[in-house]
Amino acid sequence: MKSAVVVFPGSNRERDMIAAIEKISGHRPVTVWHGDHDLPKVDLIVIPGGFSYGDYLRSGAIAAREPIMAAIAREAERGVAVLGVCNGFQILCEAGLLPGVLMRNAGLKFICKEVHLRVETTASQFTNGYTKGQVIRSPVAHGDGNYRADDETLKRLNDEDRIAFRYVDNPNGSIDDIAGILSEKRNVLGMMPHPENLIEPLNGGLDGRPLFEAALKAVA
Amino acid sequence: MLQNDTPITPELVASHGLKPDEYQRILDLIGREPTLTELGIFSAMWNEHCSYKSSKKWLRTLPTTGPRVICGPGENAGVVDIDDGQAIIFKMESHNHPSFIEPYQGAATGVGGILRDVFTMGARPIAAMNALRFGSADHPKTRHLVSGVVSGVGGYGNSFGVPTVGGEVNFHARYNGNILVNAFAAGLADADKIFYSKAEGVGLPVVYLGSKTGRDGVGGATMASAEFDDSIEEKRPTVQVGDPFSEKLLLEACLELMKTGAIIAIQDMGAAGLTCSAVEMGAKGDLGIELDLDKVPCREAGMSAYEMMLSESQERMLMVLRPEQEKEAEAIFVKWGLDFAIVGYTTDDLRFRVLHKGEEVANLPIKDLGDQAPEYDRPFVRRPAPAVIPASDIPEPNDYAEALLKIVSSPDMASRRWVWEQYDHLIQGNTAQRPGGDAAVVRVEGQPNKALAFSLDVSPRYCEADPFEGGKQAIAECWRNITAVGALPLAATDNLNFGNPEKPEIMGQFVGAIEGIGAACRALDFPIVSGNVSLYNETNGVGILPTPAIGGVGLLSEIDRMATVAFKADGDVVLLIGRDGTHLGQSIYLREILGREEGAPPPVDLAEERRVGDFVRSLIQGHFVSACHDISDGGLMVALAEMAMAGDLGATIKLPESAATPHGFLFGEDQARYVVTVSPALVDAITASAAEAGIDLRILGTVGGTTLDVADFATISVAKLRQGHENWFPAFMAGSA
Repeated sequence: MKSAVVVFPGSNRERDMIAAIEKISGHRPVTVWHGDHDLPKVDLIVIPGGFSYGDYLRSGAIAAREPIMAAIAREAERGVAVLGVCNGFQILCEAGLLPGVLMRNAGLKFICKEVHLRVETTASQFTNGYTKGQVIRSPVAHGDGNYRADDETLKRLNDEDRIAFRYVDNPNGSIDDIAGILSEKRNVLGMMPHPENLIEPLNGGLDGRPLFEAALKAVA
Repeated sequence: MLQNDTPITPELVASHGLKPDEYQRILDLIGREPTLTELGIFSAMWNEHCSYKSSKKWLRTLPTTGPRVICGPGENAGVVDIDDGQAIIFKMESHNHPSFIEPYQGAATGVGGILRDVFTMGARPIAAMNALRFGSADHPKTRHLVSGVVSGVGGYGNSFGVPTVGGEVNFHARYNGNILVNAFAAGLADADKIFYSKAEGVGLPVVYLGSKTGRDGVGGATMASAEFDDSIEEKRPTVQVGDPFSEKLLLEACLELMKTGAIIAIQDMGAAGLTCSAVEMGAKGDLGIELDLDKVPCREAGMSAYEMMLSESQERMLMVLRPEQEKEAEAIFVKWGLDFAIVGYTTDDLRFRVLHKGEEVANLPIKDLGDQAPEYDRPFVRRPAPAVIPASDIPEPNDYAEALLKIVSSPDMASRRWVWEQYDHLIQGNTAQRPGGDAAVVRVEGQPNKALAFSLDVSPRYCEADPFEGGKQAIAECWRNITAVGALPLAATDNLNFGNPEKPEIMGQFVGAIEGIGAACRALDFPIVSGNVSLYNETNGVGILPTPAIGGVGLLSEIDRMATVAFKADGDVVLLIGRDGTHLGQSIYLREILGREEGAPPPVDLAEERRVGDFVRSLIQGHFVSACHDISDGGLMVALAEMAMAGDLGATIKLPESAATPHGFLFGEDQARYVVTVSPALVDAITASAAEAGIDLRILGTVGGTTLDVADFATISVAKLRQGHENWFPAFMAGSA
């Protein structure tokens, strides 16, 4: 099984993501540079957290227009699994691979803490290692995690069972407590929390592990 | 804009922070009147911030060497061996004045500056901390400053991608007009791949890297060396503006470039920007430097030589490069979208020459700029230490439980969660102990079982009462906090914040604190490897509390042995290791409950500190304890409450018959003490080994239940304690505390 982690200028959790995938799968992901036009043939593409381009225009807005994003869109269309975490989620939304936007946290402050998430669907290659309704722990670390979508989009997300995770105790004001969503084809997952930071005893828990185990198994 | 040939008037000299005798020294050195640019260069090099002219004499007395010290003070940061061919590189630096003028940017660029100091030497930053001191909580400006500084620290560190894992936040009226923002950073490097600032070789390219030069921060170091008055708002343009995004790119580009072997010397542009970095690289290598300012990447057109030389624009580096690898180096910087320009050459004539538009705007003896900076042996007076107040002369509280609740809910003792939840303390995935414990613990990436412990400490109220004991205590407490997680303290950095050194009583505080720090460092084998001095922390003639903040680093070679403060299990036995508490002078109890800031601070017996600490560390490393917490602010009672709140478990405690006074026993801040919990089966063995080592040990009680119960004195639910402890900060920031 092969995976790739895409690095933009200002990405800063790419090393966490690479280490997590390597620790869980035994394989080191390929690092792909933002200016590349093509992706190596992989089964899982990850856009990690960070502050691409400093988040100076709008989180993820500049990165979403980089050459590599066209390649990611092509691969997603082919059914390749794509995971965007934090800034990665913001970039996927800005690039139109997922619906909605992420705004400033309701409290207008950056929040780094551990939260509880409810797994809302197990019908995806990212979430089938959990049970439906299971409450898991996960750190969050973001300033712009307040998910917003129009009523129609929200209805579709609900009707199509595309809400992957909800916050048990909403830290950022996201509409409908949404923490992570799936694409129409269910092969693209965007989420604000950081499962890659809760994968070994040192992190104080292992709740992020099943997500990677499932995603990596599915594509093995 | 002033021209380079502007006549140098006494007013102009004074506005550059130079005293008449210092100006005379310049005239004597160069044998003529300086140009405006030269005056600016002297001002930048000779201000207190860059030259350490008031403090140098005393800094030399500190112990700075040791078997693990690879590089002590004098470089961008200190370098300490952590085994396995690895080194930890760390330093702490103040950004006090800028943060008071413009809290967000002042704090942000303080973080940026210290991160740069660390990665300039070849290290990838793995931990940041900050020691913040604000005015009294009821001062009208405090909330605004807290809000700005905390979001500035977070804004920079979070974006850059370093975990901010610990620090201190305190409030006191003496910081009302002069807050303190001390930023610490530590980075990891291979011990044989450290980069230094000493230039070597004649005729080699001097390369400018990073962001463009703008007009921000012009004269910042000179501003930071002056006292404040009511006109400080006018100084806002001297505060730099930070760009963490560029800094992150600069980090990656520098680390990539360092791997190629192209760098001979590298120096970040911090205080006094291009001037300071160029002069330091040349002077250290006994070389001259010639700079052509027309080659300097500028953010705006029409900048004068003076402005370029004094700009403190952030995220810039200067280096001397192997010419044959120039193209390779440039390609790396282009890849990261950063400026790369050859702006000069090293020369063999020991002159610092600056060219601008074909004109030579400065030509100065490079060694003298640093070496001949004035050095003062300032007069000082030692104030006699206040008398010890016996606990028997201090009233007991009417209600011990209420007193405890009030203390843990007070501005200085309440939970700092509101602060550290705005800092990304988890990034990099190696944070083994999060903020809120005795020391932060960060695993060394790639080493499954090795970690480093970090702590920042000082008790300014002790230093105010007795600078010598206060200086000792700052080191001892830092050493103790590192010990309390089970780590071996290796070395420290100091950030010495004081008032105006031209006042003998302030200078006396400084001298006393340095002597105390030195004594403690020697006794505990805890050398100072880097640091920073911030003087003139006064507003309208009122000085801050003397605040020598200490940042320490320890090595935990087996991370699975790490101790935390939280009570773990019903039935664990609570032990007090170290002497009984008796000392209430300068205590939190005396201040928060009785409203008195009086008496002598607790003395530190350094031999006892070491003996008790070594014993506790051996217990932790031997896997004998289930929790450990040092006893400091608020004494035993607060330590127990913190352990209970962290573990969400109560305890039943009984005072020994022999306790001299109950409030002294419970709230005394005597030093060299710890609370540990152990399983009942181990109590006899530990008691015996303490007796053998000559260590005082008392069995205090048992962990369990939902209340903290001190027989005959206090019963209070852990939930109630936690509510008070957690609520103060958010309520204060919301304007309702």
